[in-house]
Amino acid sequence: MMEIGQGEFGIESFRETLQRHELRLCRDRTSALQVNVGLKCDLTCGHCHLECGPHRDETMDGATMEAVIDCARRFRFDSIDVTGGAPELVPGIERLITALAALTPRLIVRSNLVALNEGRGAELSELYRDLKAVLVASLPATNSSQTEAQRGAGVWERSMQALRRLNGLGYGLPGGTLQLDLVSNPVGAFLPAPQRQAEKKFRSDLQRKHGITFHGLYTFANVPLGRFRSFLERSGNLQGYLEKLAAGFNPCTVQGLMCRSQLSVDWRGRLHDCDFNLAAGIAYGGEAALLSELAELPEPGTPVAVGDHCYACTVGSGFT
Amino acid sequence: METYYDPADLAKFAEIGKDAPELAGKFFDYYAAVFAEGELTEREKALIALAVAHTVQCPYCIDAYTRACLEKGSHLGEMTEAVHVATAIRGGASLVHGLQMRKIAEKLSL
Repeated sequence: MMEIGQGEFGIESFRETLQRHELRLCRDRTSALQVNVGLKCDLTCGHCHLECGPHRDETMDGATMEAVIDCARRFRFDSIDVTGGAPELVPGIERLITALAALTPRLIVRSNLVALNEGRGAELSELYRDLKAVLVASLPATNSSQTEAQRGAGVWERSMQALRRLNGLGYGLPGGTLQLDLVSNPVGAFLPAPQRQAEKKFRSDLQRKHGITFHGLYTFANVPLGRFRSFLERSGNLQGYLEKLAAGFNPCTVQGLMCRSQLSVDWRGRLHDCDFNLAAGIAYGGEAALLSELAELPEPGTPVAVGDHCYACTVGSGFT
Repeated sequence: METYYDPADLAKFAEIGKDAPELAGKFFDYYAAVFAEGELTEREKALIALAVAHTVQCPYCIDAYTRACLEKGSHLGEMTEAVHVATAIRGGASLVHGLQMRKIAEKLSL
């Protein structure tokens, strides 16, 4: 097992915790490809592990998109998950998602919602619908103050506007087939609400106060990397938060971790076990590997590179 | 000891079981059962606890249930309203005793 990070602040390292529980974190069959198309975003969210924002110009170029499409054609993933930054801001995104939709039974696009209101956002929403893409949208809370504390001023109303438009396109309707899921990350240095309870409250609040419907809600812990780590350091919460993540280690989550069944490719075409290892600069296999040179999918049993940020995926119910 | 209250003591609450483990065990079992989801959700119970914490003015409880409320999905608006409920009852409890004051004063006065 490879390891980056050595247990900061006197906290047992993630590797040691796995060993103490007699667990190994190894890859299972690779069934999903996550495609990070770049760091350009129209928001600068306080919890972003990749430090995305309007000032970033790293985006996937056409040649790398073709390599991703070729990979999807060769390996036929059960699902392909397009994320960023804001995918809507990447030139050529239409070509990428249209090609990928034909090569996988489940195309997922992650959206910050706000980008759907601006520029090509409206046209892209319709393209998502036509491709029957699953949309996973970020919404941390059902009130404006918490939402804007995490995502910036003016984001609440623009998020509501985007959700109403998606409902209007047929996304997120009860019994409908156009799937719209929400993701809620905590607005600070605390753990997420239990998913089932939070989903019930989101469903009630959004329907009652805003007439908005959606299918599922995922609640995930913030990962202590990037801009969120800077917040933790600045606010004096870093040690307490890391202790909380480590203390909440749930050995039952390891079996279902997404890094076991997913490959992540970044905008440069480089491979990682997951988007968080991407943010931490940890390459798949320990050395920089390119998607275009991938001859075979990882063998089941191949070790996953780990670091102490992995605690964010094993706390409580885990990140699967 | 520089102050009577040390935030680090909260994590040592279980040490109260030293020398009287059976009573502590019964208390902590009861405590866990009280806060488990029942007719009220865990989130609603945490909001009640937050309000009561302000009534008993326990710094440990305020710390613990502020965090618990956030982690159960409540937001600051709901939490502030819960504290106002505690405040209204505390204030109301004082004010309603004014009726006793008035009754006694009326009996004594010409």
